[in-house]
Amino acid sequence: MDILFILIPLSVALGLLILGALGWAVWRGQFDSIEAEGERILRSD
Amino acid sequence: MSDAAEGTAHYNDTVVRQFSLMAVVWGVVGMLVGVIIAAQLAWPELNFGIPWLSYGRLRPLHTNAVIFAFGGCALFATSYWVVQRTCHVRLFASQLASFTFWGWQAVIVAAAVSLPLGYTTGKEYAELEWPIDILITLVWVAYAVVFFGTIGIRKVRHIYVANWFYGAFIIAVAILHVVNSAEVPAGWMKSYSAYAGVQDAMVQWWYGHNAVGFFLTAGFLGMMYYFIPKQAERPVYSYRLSIVHFWALIFTYMWAGPHHLHYTALPDWTQSVGMVFSLILLAPSWGGMINGVMTLSGAWHKLRDDPVLRFLIVSLSFYGMSTFEGPMMSIKTVNSLSHYTDWTIGHVHSGALGWVGLVSMGSLYYLIPRLFGAKKMYSVKAIELHFWIATIGIVLYIAAMWIAGVMQGLMWRAVNADGTLTYTFVESVKATYPFYVIRVTGGVMYLAGMLVMAWNTWMTVTGGRSVRVAVPMPQAA
Repeated sequence: MDILFILIPLSVALGLLILGALGWAVWRGQFDSIEAEGERILRSD
Repeated sequence: MSDAAEGTAHYNDTVVRQFSLMAVVWGVVGMLVGVIIAAQLAWPELNFGIPWLSYGRLRPLHTNAVIFAFGGCALFATSYWVVQRTCHVRLFASQLASFTFWGWQAVIVAAAVSLPLGYTTGKEYAELEWPIDILITLVWVAYAVVFFGTIGIRKVRHIYVANWFYGAFIIAVAILHVVNSAEVPAGWMKSYSAYAGVQDAMVQWWYGHNAVGFFLTAGFLGMMYYFIPKQAERPVYSYRLSIVHFWALIFTYMWAGPHHLHYTALPDWTQSVGMVFSLILLAPSWGGMINGVMTLSGAWHKLRDDPVLRFLIVSLSFYGMSTFEGPMMSIKTVNSLSHYTDWTIGHVHSGALGWVGLVSMGSLYYLIPRLFGAKKMYSVKAIELHFWIATIGIVLYIAAMWIAGVMQGLMWRAVNADGTLTYTFVESVKATYPFYVIRVTGGVMYLAGMLVMAWNTWMTVTGGRSVRVAVPMPQAA
């Protein structure tokens, strides 16, 4: 099962990438006024 | 009807129009091939002894046509619409967007020719040979540049949740495609996988399951999170939950693939890891399903007179059903009964016809009139008709496959007192015959609904005209 030496590190790397993206979103204030964002798409096209 | 040069403050809806119309066309084609192969299973003479009409060649044509041609075009169309509308900016690199349209159509035509001719890598949902794989890679990179480029130049600070789902779908599919399609060419239309034996099987189902998770789930959830609120004219029930749904779903999906390989040469612990992660997936899936359905909280009456909304909400109930059924089937003891039977086919179609199909149709019914300067489709009654024949068709299809699958599983494992098998394989085939006929009936109904949609689309388009929509002026965020 040598393939796991590729797939597991790849999945871990992707997990870290996802974590990084989540961190970016949080620190950049993407989720600051969160419930208001749901309504924005209804206001204008 | 070409759009004006870059820099004008109009959305690029040309590419959305192209993909939307082709989604309808490929939907008809893919579902027609599905009906043909379903009929061949009930009445094998229907391949008429012609090699390129044989089941083994048409089956991958059906799966590629419905997933990548119909589903793919619907995803391209809606993602290009949603990312522009939620970012208040015209598509980044419109020329490249146009390339994704023509490139993707070329991939589809190449598949429609090469698969019946018998060219295949033999990897499920990744059958296309290496030159087509390279074209897919090019189109996909262009898609990523257009989509993320548009996010990059957005005028709205917050990135709407639907874009996160579309973005994850685009990145994941790129990685999955490149890793799983690694192959050594041996001629123009022949190649060998870079992996061998059980290694190849593991890569294949790591790909296969994540294709379900990211192509058939994350992408269409992007659709759900935009078009349900728009059609219902209400914000999503809990925006906070939609964020949790997204991150939980994408963290968990990557690890569930081995459940396709229970009781095979794959190490036991790998199978168990796959099973555990599949069970965990139930939580984010149902969180998202409830979130979408509850968007109608306090406005349930809209379901009564809006068939478009009904498409979208019923699609979510099928999403809930199949994301409950999936984890259950990944439990090893359940899988020992269900695997290799038609139960799997029933499960797949509950997701494909019920979830992916209905949510795409609902979204296209929202888009098409707006793309052609109309308030609604030519005939709302025809949408109503489509909804009912499609839904009844799905129920016939999946109920027949459930019964057939459980029956097959029980017949195959039945043993006499002396340890010999109670039934021969062909006896289980014979017992399945009536259910295959019911399945054809369900499939014909679903296809008929798609034909109604094609007619309705034709009438809407010919009675309308392409409209240009101005990008709203920047406002304080």
